[in-house]
Amino acid sequence: MSTLTLPLPYTKKDFQTDQEIRWCPGCGDYAILSAVQSVFPELGIPKEKFVVISGIGCSSRFPYYMNTFGFHSIHGRAPAVATGLKITRPDLEVWVATGDGDSLSIGGNHTIHMLRRNVGLKVLMFNNRIYGLTKGQYSPTSEIGKKTKSTPYGTADRPFNPIALALGANATFVARSVDVFQQHLKETLRKAAAHKGSAYVEILQNCNIFNDRAWESLTEKDARSEHVVQLEQGKPLVFGRNRDKGIRLNGLNLEVVSVGNGKTERDLLVHDEHNRQPAYSFLLAHMEEQPGFPTPIGVFRSWPDVPRYEENIAAQIRDVRAKRGPGDLAKLLCEGDTWEVRP
Amino acid sequence: MSTTVAPPRERKRETLERAVVRFCGDSGDGMQITGSQFTNTVALYGNDLATLPDFPAEIRAPAGTLPGVSGFQVHFSSSDVYTPGDSVDALVAMNPAALKMNLSDLKPNGILIVNLDNFQETDLRKAQMSTNPLEDHSLDGYRVFPVELTKLTRAALKDLGLDAKSMDRCKNFFALGMCYWLYNRSMETSLRWIEDKFKAKPQLVEANRTAMRAGYSYCEATEAFQITYEIPPAKLSPGVYRNVSGNSALAMGFVAASQKSGLPLFLGSYPITPASDILHELSGYKNFGVITFQAEDEIAAITSAIGAAYGGSLGVTSTSGPGMALKTEALGLAVAVELPLVICDIQRGGPSTGLPTKTEQADLLQALFGRNSEAPIPVLAPATPGDCFWMALEASRIAIKYMVPVIVLSDGYLANGAEPWKIPKVSELPEIPVKFETDPEGFRPYRRNPRTLARPWAIPGTPGLEHRIGGLEKQDVTGNVNYEPLNHERMVHLRAEKVAAIVEDVPDVVAAGDPSGDLLIVAWGSTFGPVTAALRAQRAKGRRIGHVHLRHLNPLPKNLGDVLMRYDRVLVPEMNMGQLVMVLRAKYLVDAVGYNKIQGKPFKQSEIEQKIEELLD
Repeated sequence: MSTLTLPLPYTKKDFQTDQEIRWCPGCGDYAILSAVQSVFPELGIPKEKFVVISGIGCSSRFPYYMNTFGFHSIHGRAPAVATGLKITRPDLEVWVATGDGDSLSIGGNHTIHMLRRNVGLKVLMFNNRIYGLTKGQYSPTSEIGKKTKSTPYGTADRPFNPIALALGANATFVARSVDVFQQHLKETLRKAAAHKGSAYVEILQNCNIFNDRAWESLTEKDARSEHVVQLEQGKPLVFGRNRDKGIRLNGLNLEVVSVGNGKTERDLLVHDEHNRQPAYSFLLAHMEEQPGFPTPIGVFRSWPDVPRYEENIAAQIRDVRAKRGPGDLAKLLCEGDTWEVRP
Repeated sequence: MSTTVAPPRERKRETLERAVVRFCGDSGDGMQITGSQFTNTVALYGNDLATLPDFPAEIRAPAGTLPGVSGFQVHFSSSDVYTPGDSVDALVAMNPAALKMNLSDLKPNGILIVNLDNFQETDLRKAQMSTNPLEDHSLDGYRVFPVELTKLTRAALKDLGLDAKSMDRCKNFFALGMCYWLYNRSMETSLRWIEDKFKAKPQLVEANRTAMRAGYSYCEATEAFQITYEIPPAKLSPGVYRNVSGNSALAMGFVAASQKSGLPLFLGSYPITPASDILHELSGYKNFGVITFQAEDEIAAITSAIGAAYGGSLGVTSTSGPGMALKTEALGLAVAVELPLVICDIQRGGPSTGLPTKTEQADLLQALFGRNSEAPIPVLAPATPGDCFWMALEASRIAIKYMVPVIVLSDGYLANGAEPWKIPKVSELPEIPVKFETDPEGFRPYRRNPRTLARPWAIPGTPGLEHRIGGLEKQDVTGNVNYEPLNHERMVHLRAEKVAAIVEDVPDVVAAGDPSGDLLIVAWGSTFGPVTAALRAQRAKGRRIGHVHLRHLNPLPKNLGDVLMRYDRVLVPEMNMGQLVMVLRAKYLVDAVGYNKIQGKPFKQSEIEQKIEELLD
């Protein structure tokens, strides 16, 4: 046996496969893959303990490019496959790669139930607001009115806000990052990895073929600081090119205020990802929908101490065994009333 | 309470070979409990038996109405029992609706016990009866015993301080007590059961026990029955027996498979009639380390089981037809990734929601072919409730040995029906060897065992075996994604050959009855009972008939084709439009004829016999 309990000298290369990557050149998925391959070696987990599970879609090709155990399942069902694996094998480090269609449309049911159960899975939801693999239909996160192949006159349905959906499902860790913000993305992945329960990470990702520049207002160098606010634990919500704007809490409303002219950072909302008040993270999640507000990135919510589903299951088995002793098959077969027929 | 309120009278006691008793009433009347209590008692006495619970899909249809009628039939005997009985010797009807729905099955001059208190004008109206059958001579051909069950039960319980509603809930035990007296059975088993069942509520223990004793004493004290019956114990093969229903047997079978394989058992399931009892039972077996996952839907139920199997557990999912339909895509995934998995389909009447509580065998073609593309899956079918135990073990063994999903086709009748089951010794159970791949040297995820064509089971956590699997077509041996035309064709053939190779594990069929002759009956699943009974009766009349009961529906036994040729005619009775017969005709070019009943009810022995006579005369 190898001595895998020692520190593991993995590098990014250890997590790369020999498979030809079949994402379009310029796809945001490359950046996400690179970030994950950079972070996994840092986690101090034996490589064979990692499992990456996906559904269907461009994002779901992810496992083929990770040199770990991997399972490319069927459309929308990755959280359910991963749940079955994680609750029977809590020793494994199970990550789910999914997209806005896979996770929020066909797999919406599994997503919310995985989150409410708080299964110890890390979910990377690549949100490009489009169906890429099927060549350009609108997705449940496409903005209303969007013209796509399947909606030549524009969509008529309202989109999901994935962060709000995850929060509403009582998720214990909800975060957002962006494909091209590599440092922020890696930092967010590290935090997700450290979270014991379900960690839901929305990654804003560019599909340069079917929905190019979907996130341009956030990623464009000049606009970035005006349109993005970083959520940092214990820090006020400040943004703007000159860090001259902030978010203030006024009753149950958020407002954008200018910092200066008597208003200091001390007047601003100080982020607390551990806040147990559900309304708090909801306010943050819906902020971007109001005119003049930036889009928050970072950790919206982190409730580290909520028991995990697999822990509860294991505890129940332990308790029953302690009370009734380990199962005895011969006894089980003879349970209830029996009678003997003599020769 | 004493059981002797009057000196015993001289009454005639007649010894019979067999009797069929049916309890029927409102779905709130406790008929299922009454029936299973009677069943347990006759089983413990040593009779062979078969039961047929028959209940509506509605939990409580409006009281006293026709749709709310629930029934439980027990056939018990001093010799072999194969069916719950074509017709009934004694019928207990708690109200006019129950009487109306069940009377046609009562034999001429049969015993009919009715609750007289429930034959008021409003009760008759609810049952859509214009006249009172107790007064209009429509029951003249039966031995009718109108008993004031409600009043007598209340009178017996008046000192216990219960409200009227609680007292009325005990009247089924009054009726049960009467039947125990009628068939000379001890109340001991049921008295113990009541004590255990209601131990948290001593008042209810007292009430139900008192009601049952009162029913027994009522028969003893009154001149009601001039005759009682004795059905001596059956000569079953020596051993220890218990009663078992198909769903209980399946649940125990999977626990046994888990123990024999050393794999933890995982059940992913979503509640659905008539499969839910498998989930209920397994959820109680936590001390065996069983994990039951009540999933958010049928799809999560099977995909979670696939995830568990991927991690090295014995993955099982249980459902019925509508759930099977939802699991279809995931079944294809299990075929593609070649992981062991057992899928139990407890068939019910369809299409769509259909008849949730009634039995049918119409999912056979769905099990065999109901997936996109070429996705062969082995299919097993238990023949009796007790056989469900063995089929659970066999399905698990095949799934693990060949790295395939396996479907077990049970049905509502097997699931809820009970029979005496000879308890096997643990040492008699088949071994289920498991080998996880551990050697990274030359490891290829789709390199096959040359004999079984199984790929290695390489579970996450094994150093050096990191690899990827999925629903996309794979290259032979390496398992890498591959879309090449010839590779795809090769993989399609390999998956089919692997399932076909399982035939090596399928025992040859041996026809019951005549080894060759005028007619071969080929059947599968829960038709075993009526076909066996019909075969015996018809052979006793001198006909040359054989019976092959298929427990393996894919692959079919190697010698089946030869056996089919040994008879002039082939008859395939099925509770569907003719699914197995279609397969047999296609595969063996045999001119088999179907006999089909699609009424949500099992075949009667007499129906099969009639068909045999029709074919041979």
